[in-house]
Amino acid sequence: MTSGRDQTGIRIGMWLFLYTEIILFGGLFVLYAAYFHEYPKAFAEYGKELNRVIGAANTVLLLASSFTVAASITALRQHSKRLCLGFLAISLGCGAIFLVNKYFEWGHKFAIGLYPNSKALAGAPPGKNIFFGLYYVITGLHGLHVIIGMTLLAISLVMVHNNRITAQRYALLENSGLYWHLVDLIWIFVFPLFYLIL
Amino acid sequence: MKPATDTGEQHLLSYTALALVLAALLVLTGITIWVSYHDLGAFNVPLTLAIASTKVSLVLLFFMHLKYEGRAITLSFVGTICFLAIMIGFIFWDVAYR
Amino acid sequence: MATTPSFFETPAPAGLTGIKAWLLTHDHKRLGLMYLWAVLFWFVLALTIGFLIRIELMTMGRTIMSAGIYNSAFTLHGVIMIFLFVIPGIPAIFGNFFLPIQLGTDDVFFPRLNLLSWYLYILGGVLAIVSLFTAGGFPDTGWTFYVPFSIGTKHNVPLTVFAAFVLGMSSMLTGLNFITTVHRKRSPEMGWMQIPLFTWSLYATAWVQLLATPVISITLLLVIAERILNIGLFDPARGGDPILYQHLFWMYSHPAVYVMILPGMGVISEIIPTFSRKAIFGYRAIVYSSMGIAVAGSLVWAHHMYTSGMSDTAVFVFSLLTFLVAIPTAVKVFSWVSTLYKASIEMTPPLLYALVFIYLFSVGGLTGLVLGAAGPDIHVHDTHFVVAHFHFTMFGGTGFAFFAALHYWWPKMFGIMYNFRRAYIAATLATVGFLFHYVPMFILGLKGMPRRYYDYLPQFSQGNGLAAVGGVLLFSGILLMLINLVLSFRKRTPAPANPWGGCTLEWTVPSPPPLHNFIKTPKIMAYPYDFSEVAPTPPKP
Repeated sequence: MTSGRDQTGIRIGMWLFLYTEIILFGGLFVLYAAYFHEYPKAFAEYGKELNRVIGAANTVLLLASSFTVAASITALRQHSKRLCLGFLAISLGCGAIFLVNKYFEWGHKFAIGLYPNSKALAGAPPGKNIFFGLYYVITGLHGLHVIIGMTLLAISLVMVHNNRITAQRYALLENSGLYWHLVDLIWIFVFPLFYLIL
Repeated sequence: MKPATDTGEQHLLSYTALALVLAALLVLTGITIWVSYHDLGAFNVPLTLAIASTKVSLVLLFFMHLKYEGRAITLSFVGTICFLAIMIGFIFWDVAYR
Repeated sequence: MATTPSFFETPAPAGLTGIKAWLLTHDHKRLGLMYLWAVLFWFVLALTIGFLIRIELMTMGRTIMSAGIYNSAFTLHGVIMIFLFVIPGIPAIFGNFFLPIQLGTDDVFFPRLNLLSWYLYILGGVLAIVSLFTAGGFPDTGWTFYVPFSIGTKHNVPLTVFAAFVLGMSSMLTGLNFITTVHRKRSPEMGWMQIPLFTWSLYATAWVQLLATPVISITLLLVIAERILNIGLFDPARGGDPILYQHLFWMYSHPAVYVMILPGMGVISEIIPTFSRKAIFGYRAIVYSSMGIAVAGSLVWAHHMYTSGMSDTAVFVFSLLTFLVAIPTAVKVFSWVSTLYKASIEMTPPLLYALVFIYLFSVGGLTGLVLGAAGPDIHVHDTHFVVAHFHFTMFGGTGFAFFAALHYWWPKMFGIMYNFRRAYIAATLATVGFLFHYVPMFILGLKGMPRRYYDYLPQFSQGNGLAAVGGVLLFSGILLMLINLVLSFRKRTPAPANPWGGCTLEWTVPSPPPLHNFIKTPKIMAYPYDFSEVAPTPPKP
């Protein structure tokens, strides 16, 4: 294999992959846009049923974890391997707490009968069913991407530890970081669209 | 074209710069939450989206290094956003005029 | 000349033997051939199903199958043809084999990702087969899987759409690989305006593959989610809008037709200059129009939805935009024909297929304008007029371009030449059969015969009978074509490095090429269609 050490090329490839993820979520935002246009009052009303505090906490967690991921690359390139590992561990921790929060949020909604095809939603005003339907699909797909991102970061952490990722060859860490930032980007839009349209 | 010696070395962001970006993001998050507790009429939605777009731009430009990337990545990113804008925008030819 | 071993003899990674040298290969040329056999398998299967559909429609009422089977048959025919043949065909086979060589390099940028793309393609096909025999059998929804029927029908929709999802991933990753290769692995002396037109067409296609495919991915995931979780996002009784499904579906599936045709046009843009022994007319125009088609094709999806119930404004806007897309397409046809004018033309099987392509695709494209105009479309939507239109473009267009590519690059890939006489007979039979098969459908459609219907009214009998005759000729012609190509392995007439007098880089390397493609550094001409250094070619069989 002779494409060898073209790190710019590898990075270009990663960005191309990120575009596919952006468009993947984009399709869901198309649905959101169309339905928000149709049910503006319903979206505002049912947005109130979502917990703004947990939503805000999750936002802060992901923003912080994006910072630590970016910082981990700076650390590695400045030959502070320990610091790099520390930052990555913090990012993973933030991701884990995010998922735990999500678990409690969803759990609470399930407990009060607000889950896909529940009796409460089937008999509810149409705007309510659509709002929560979109909520579960979008946050669900996002949560799946958090898990994938955490997996990539964990692999990167191990490889930094084993010196398979170094200050000269850090494409994998960089690309895992880009994926994680994408997860953050999506949430930056999801948070206001569901929790703050009031 | 890439020179044979291209190792992909790129601009390195200092911890200070990264921390400043994080601070800006947290401030903007605070503002957008504040906005949601106040009724600004028709301005709520556009303002919220504008703040979200700003936050997204900060993450893209600095955490993701888009500010320091070459033409290929910059142009293709803009192209992707244009396609997304068409996807969402053109749906309104239908939905808004039913 | 020292006999450098061909890529058939040297595996990559080194040391692999037997079947592993193929199934674990990183070599783009081997991957291209692995795609070739898989794609041909699916093509013949779907062609046969199409033939069975035609036999069913030969007479009124039941001919050979029940109505339920008929619905699954046209769904299966569409799904296989579109997702397993027309979309991947030319890029995966000829793109993989020739894009790196045309760029003067030794492989794609991500060879292992390339291998993954192949496995995803195979997996998608396997899942489609499994869905035939499980949980209600193959869907009867048509390849468009419209809601609410796709959500309610008892057939195995989830597995089939998941197969399409997997195939989409294969397509996306191939696009990603090609884009990165064009940007980062071109020969250093090859600027953008020296890239051959086939590679340019693959580059434009790759962007559409990359950006549009995720839309179908999410759409299919939503269908699966609806079937399993019953959320109601497209259910009017619970606030949903089924037309939004159609918007999402066509947001991919319209750009997909440009994924289908652009590489085909790229093939024609290579063949015409070679057999005219003359530089292509309007190289820049073809480059810009290729990119233009890729961009404009993303603006017009709702022209499939004029009768769906969407707003009149949308009907008007999308119809207007649809007419614009015709312009860059026509530019290409003018360029090809202008290249032939006063050229030194040599007739060969690839050129014959290319000429037939120009005619059939033009008819297809012009009938597309009839459909793109909202008024006439109200009359012919969902009739056999549409069926004829897309067969002229996808079959007469991409299909015949695929056949042209097979005949053009066969000697390069295998180092052997096929029999010309049988090739000409097969091409003629297929073309005549094609016209008798599909032209009646335009008339049947205008007279009102709906598509996807199991049965029809007596006034449509004659047209269907005629179409059946054409179908037999078409099927025979294609089978003869394939048999002829397979027979070339028997006779093994050796082919030289440049049997056609082509000027792109693949003709400067041995047939078949060595593992790393080039023995010495390739010379990049200032203009890609410069024939001044191409030697006269040996006489043809």
